[in-house]
Amino acid sequence: MQNLKQRYRYSTILLKQLVKTDFKLRYQGSFLGYIWSLLRPLAIFVILYVVFTKFLDVGRDVPHYPVYLLLGIILWNFFVEVTTGSVSVIVSKGDLIRKINFPKYVIILSNSFSALINLTLNMIIVALFMYLNKVDVRMVALTFPIFIVELFIFSLALAFFLSAAFVRFRDISYIWDVVMQGAFYATPILYPLSKVPLDAAKILMLNPVAQIIQDMRYVLVTDKAQTISSVYGTQSIRLVPLSIVLGSVIIAVAYFRARSRYFAEEV
Amino acid sequence: MDDFAIRVQNVSKNFHYTSGRAGTIKSLLTSTFKNSEVAKKDVQHALTDVSFDIKKGEFFGIVGRNGSGKSTLLKMIAGIYQPNSGKIHVSGKLVPFIELGVGFNPELTGRENVYLNGALLGFSRKEIEAQYDEIVEFAELGKFMDQQLKNYSSGMQVRLAFSMAVRAKADVLLIDEVLAVGDADFQRKCFDYFKQLKHDEKTVIFVSHDMEAVRQYCDRAVLIESSKLILSGSPEKVAIAYTRLFNSDTKQDATVKNNGKRMGDRKVYYDTVSITVNEKTIDIKQTITAEQPVSNYVLGLRIKTSAGQQVAGTNTTIMRSKTKSLDKGDSSTITWSFPNVFSDGSYNIDVVITHEDGVTVHDFWEDAQPFTVRRDRQVAYAIDLDFDISQK
Repeated sequence: MQNLKQRYRYSTILLKQLVKTDFKLRYQGSFLGYIWSLLRPLAIFVILYVVFTKFLDVGRDVPHYPVYLLLGIILWNFFVEVTTGSVSVIVSKGDLIRKINFPKYVIILSNSFSALINLTLNMIIVALFMYLNKVDVRMVALTFPIFIVELFIFSLALAFFLSAAFVRFRDISYIWDVVMQGAFYATPILYPLSKVPLDAAKILMLNPVAQIIQDMRYVLVTDKAQTISSVYGTQSIRLVPLSIVLGSVIIAVAYFRARSRYFAEEV
Repeated sequence: MDDFAIRVQNVSKNFHYTSGRAGTIKSLLTSTFKNSEVAKKDVQHALTDVSFDIKKGEFFGIVGRNGSGKSTLLKMIAGIYQPNSGKIHVSGKLVPFIELGVGFNPELTGRENVYLNGALLGFSRKEIEAQYDEIVEFAELGKFMDQQLKNYSSGMQVRLAFSMAVRAKADVLLIDEVLAVGDADFQRKCFDYFKQLKHDEKTVIFVSHDMEAVRQYCDRAVLIESSKLILSGSPEKVAIAYTRLFNSDTKQDATVKNNGKRMGDRKVYYDTVSITVNEKTIDIKQTITAEQPVSNYVLGLRIKTSAGQQVAGTNTTIMRSKTKSLDKGDSSTITWSFPNVFSDGSYNIDVVITHEDGVTVHDFWEDAQPFTVRRDRQVAYAIDLDFDISQK
């Protein structure tokens, strides 16, 4: 028991320090420093907003489309930051892994915590946009942390799996790039779900990320946003994305635990 | 069981090398279809069936040549590598690192690196803060702590790393070749630290090539050779056996003719130079070939330390010895013999053939063949004579 506590203590100390170090190193030498992690999604938002309202006129029938779009982009960015950002993270820490024995999951956690800090700050910007756009905040808005937790767990599970697989199969990073490109368009981020044929929408919404983004929009921005339960017309369909998340967690944890013993030899 | 800090039981470790080193999906697919025996060939046995116990409070040495598997063993004890078979029991807290300055990042300042390295050693921010001044003072880096580590000299980095390492609170410490780095002043600090560890009755596993340090500090030692534990016992016994490993097979051949620098008109030239180092004598064997008929040429050689200091040398003029006349295309073998009075270390030889005028160079071959002498004692001089002393 004492031993378990000691090990946990070590992991937390290490985690805190690695997050701090990451943070320092990431913005070292750049003039605007940390502000970039807020400016980047905002800049992408401006580009997409101009394209999708002025040229393509997609968001006309969505109330508060700017906030709706920004929220989607920010959640997607978080998902990308945790997953794509983690693929090579074990390999890049190879020097450390070869020389010191420490719990390897700390590396993945520290990487995703930086993303979580970014998400928190970005959510403040969303709140600002909600205020400026005069979004009608309802009681249901209080449930939004549930979906953030779901997204975090799902992203983490993928991060664990991808980073461990990348140690052995370096093709993973290319494959994942392509998968993410496809997934970006297969997830209703830019377009409202109503523009997609119902059968297609039903399939798209089984993706946990799509389910989360639409739920977040529903609770925070507008009750006109379609959720997985409104597409299927039943609440019980929620079990599908939920079991995908749980299944990913089980597979990822088992795979990472089995592989992490050999990271030192294989990186 | 409780007296043992570490118990290594029948431990074996193999490394598998795939042809492409880092695997790709393609190699995974192709290897399933190809004959799997091809893959099996690339197994390296790093350790085979190694067993030993280390008692609590023991200063335990692991010695062996480069590539013998001793670092792999240390990494398995540290839990970095997993054994393929066998078990390693550790009782008590083990330092998790095997090298100084783990996790040091050149982009961070000295201060930030102290906190990062401290976290890796298991110290919270508060704990580091409490001993920060001591760390800086011990490393003698007061003014430099807010500079980036990349601006430090290597000596400064080692001092900082060592200053951190001595803070580690653990029952079992692993030390891999720290003495190889740093100046005399730093080495003195290392030795003071070792004395302190011995005094505190810590369990220490010490991997080293320095037999003098092994003799001085270790209570017991093992010798690892070609992945097997071949000897376990007193440091004296192990140090002698380790030294013998080098004397038994130190015939070194100059297979590459362009070893070192060469110049001369090549009227007569060296084909090969090889050296056999025995405990009492050294033989240098050379073959020379004549491009043109030559006679009365002069053969010479000199021996240098690895630092370039010329220790000894001679030539056939000094020796008043006549060289054999050679016709075009003739070859001849020359053997030089002399007593092995050299001290522990590496040496190199220059060999030369000149015209009898002593000015025209036929073949001058600098650093023609390096050789190593292993002694079970170390002296600060290039020559280690069997001195006798009597006192009245």
